[in-house]
Amino acid sequence: MTLEKFIFGNLNWDVIPFHMPIVMGASIFMAIAALSVIGAITYFKKWTYLWKEWLTTVDHKKIGIMYIILALVMLLRGFTDAVMMRSQQAIAVGNSLGYLPPEHYNQVFSAHGTIMIFFMAMPFMFGLLNLTVPLQIGARDVAFPYLNSLSLWLTVVGAALVNLSLVVGQFSATGWLAYPPLSEFAYSPNEGVDYYIWALQISGIGSLLSGINFATTILKMRCPGMTMMKMPIFTWAAFASMILVILAFPILTVTLGMLFLDRYFDMHFFSSSFGGNPMMYVNLIWAWGHPEVYILILPAFGVFSEVVATFSKKPLFGYPSMVWALMVITFLSFIVWLHHFFTMGAGANVNAFFGIATMIIAVPTGVKIFNWLFTMYRGRVTLSVPMLWTIGFISTFAIGGMTGVLMSVPAIDFQVHNSVFLVAHFHNVIIGGVAFGYFAGLTYWFPKIFGFKLDEKLGKKAFWCWIVGFYLAFIPLYILGLMGMTRRLNHYPAETGWQPFLLVAALGTAVIAVGVVFQLAQFVVSFKNRKALRDVTGDPWDGRTLEWSIPSPAPFYNFAFTPEVTTKDAHWEEKERRKAEGPVLLKPIYQDIHMPKNTATGFIIAMFSAVFGFGMIWHSPLAIAVGLGGMVITLIARSFNFHTDYYVKAAEVERIENERFS
Amino acid sequence: MENTMKSVSQGEHHHHHHNTDAVDVFGFWIYILSDCILFATLFAGYAVLHNNTFGGPSLRELFSLPYVLGETLFLLASSFTYGLAMIAMYGKKRGQVVGWLCLTFLLGLSFVVMEVNEFVHLYAEGHGWQASAAMSSFFTLVGTHGLHVSLGLLWMAITIFQVARYEVTPAMSRRLTYLGLFWHFLDIVWIFLFTIVYLMGAV
Repeated sequence: MTLEKFIFGNLNWDVIPFHMPIVMGASIFMAIAALSVIGAITYFKKWTYLWKEWLTTVDHKKIGIMYIILALVMLLRGFTDAVMMRSQQAIAVGNSLGYLPPEHYNQVFSAHGTIMIFFMAMPFMFGLLNLTVPLQIGARDVAFPYLNSLSLWLTVVGAALVNLSLVVGQFSATGWLAYPPLSEFAYSPNEGVDYYIWALQISGIGSLLSGINFATTILKMRCPGMTMMKMPIFTWAAFASMILVILAFPILTVTLGMLFLDRYFDMHFFSSSFGGNPMMYVNLIWAWGHPEVYILILPAFGVFSEVVATFSKKPLFGYPSMVWALMVITFLSFIVWLHHFFTMGAGANVNAFFGIATMIIAVPTGVKIFNWLFTMYRGRVTLSVPMLWTIGFISTFAIGGMTGVLMSVPAIDFQVHNSVFLVAHFHNVIIGGVAFGYFAGLTYWFPKIFGFKLDEKLGKKAFWCWIVGFYLAFIPLYILGLMGMTRRLNHYPAETGWQPFLLVAALGTAVIAVGVVFQLAQFVVSFKNRKALRDVTGDPWDGRTLEWSIPSPAPFYNFAFTPEVTTKDAHWEEKERRKAEGPVLLKPIYQDIHMPKNTATGFIIAMFSAVFGFGMIWHSPLAIAVGLGGMVITLIARSFNFHTDYYVKAAEVERIENERFS
Repeated sequence: MENTMKSVSQGEHHHHHHNTDAVDVFGFWIYILSDCILFATLFAGYAVLHNNTFGGPSLRELFSLPYVLGETLFLLASSFTYGLAMIAMYGKKRGQVVGWLCLTFLLGLSFVVMEVNEFVHLYAEGHGWQASAAMSSFFTLVGTHGLHVSLGLLWMAITIFQVARYEVTPAMSRRLTYLGLFWHFLDIVWIFLFTIVYLMGAV
């Protein structure tokens, strides 16, 4: 091996796509954005602040904020991909080939799916969990604060690798799940699939660690009196989702690991010869992939349940049935994976089993829908922004659910499999369910974290653009699917008659784009008006659960006193009791609070994992060794640090509390 | 103001927010659970592919059962000596803890060396992981276990150093508990490996 190979692996100047103006434009834009951020930090002398308060923090609220920033940035990236696809399909008909060559178009749809699921939805989900779960259960932090910071930075590294593939080399062009044999070395010899594998492996480890962390937090760190059946419903949903993370993500790790071994070590798990079995990959990836969609949607269900109860001024209808529905969905989500490939040819009986199991999932989901409706029934409903997202969700998700049940019939699935009907279906549930839910959650908990509400008017405008844009963009795809249009098309003949529908779909995307602009404007305007929008009560929505019992923004130790609860909706009950009995007036006696110290370990390990991942992608032995060695040495060094926590003095707590309440 | 007032009447209870042994060890159990899924997936892959030898010899023709039994005994013995180390820890006998851990390390190392030796022989005789899907799944399943044991050895070496150097503090004993869980877990996985891959492969 030459020295050059040892250091740089397969890297050389040819991997920079100088000949592709669109890619270079995007790269230059990214470079300018990154440079201006770095420049601004340097100009305002914020590096120390950034390092001390953010990069090394173990505060779950700050970690949550960073997750959500990552999610929003990646939402913009993924949405840009969507705009490119929609505009390409709107114009690439007949003699016109559009502006995206096929090999680039394939990368765009692969990146869109990968980014939206792994680097938009997942970080958004973990962000909301971080912001909310410890506050809802009356805890001062998560069970493993340092692991929490590691999870965040591993996710950031995964996202960074995907974006790096835009500039250095190229991304996978094999769809968001990289089915073999296409993704095998023989058919995809460039670094695209390797970017995919290592971005997902690194962020996947982060997700798994987060799953362990939050499951432990929810099971072991609830405040005194909060039994499982008194937990806020969002925490229940988070718990169900974390069970799925713990049980499903190891499958993803192994599946991608096998693909890696096939590609790098000439193994034959999924190759089309030497006894390999490509269908095993499809089975394994969906044994993770189906639970994954529930990992994303269950926390959204939790958000809707909180929002609908708060803004109807009523307890959630059928709390126990909500919990049981969550658990039933958690179980069923593991026995339906085969419905993603009924056409594999597993036989009628197997297809019938999975078809019926899939239909059964509609039952607990239907229970939830009716519970939300009954919660609103005779409630004093306020049509605030989170509530708008919720109502938009209920109707949109019901439609998406029905098209899902439609496709759970194998005979029908054979007709619409791999068509844009399917694309319309899963966007119907993911946008209408996951995205709407997370937007509702962000709007709902924003004042608790930042101390001021988001602007209502702009929020409502954004909502209306999203929902109108959504229907414009995806109802045509249902029709096109029934007309026979398959997914992932770069170009189609004029006589298909598809173009008018695709033009409507493109228009829908434009309307959504306006909604995105309103959302960005909402952040800017709300920040500017933060004094007027300030939440002085700590309870801006007249909420029901513990997070609303503390001031906004929540102090870093969350609760000056560990709360004790006797009912569900603890804060609401407390308010009712106080209305009846009047406030308890005692001078508080503060105590020292035990807190974890900030640590750079998570950040440093993640940076080495980036070097390692980059080395693996480009076959650079030096980078692999430095990355792997760095991670191991950092871990060992951490194990020699026995002083990982400290006490906040009672006097300090008193000073902070008095400041907030004066 | 009301909020701070309210909680005082609820009495004073010291609530240490984290780092209690129960919480930490529970978290480690959940990690073990996720590792079970990881091995279960590898077992599933092996179950699907183990007959796909692509014309090569079947796996039963390649194993030497007595040799693998030797490996097994080393690993089982290491689990036993680890248990003795834990007993010594509960008795606060630091010297004994180090002694038993060193013995555990040597037994674990012997297991890894024997496994590597088996792999090298298979590879040299033309039955490497690239020979067929069956060999790929065999090397990956057994190798993943071996990799776990090797990482466990690295972890144990550091633990031995730390126990020898520092007192057996609560933090140290918690780490010994983690490592113990991990080590016994690998033993259990090996029992499944030995049964499903080697014994069932041989009959």
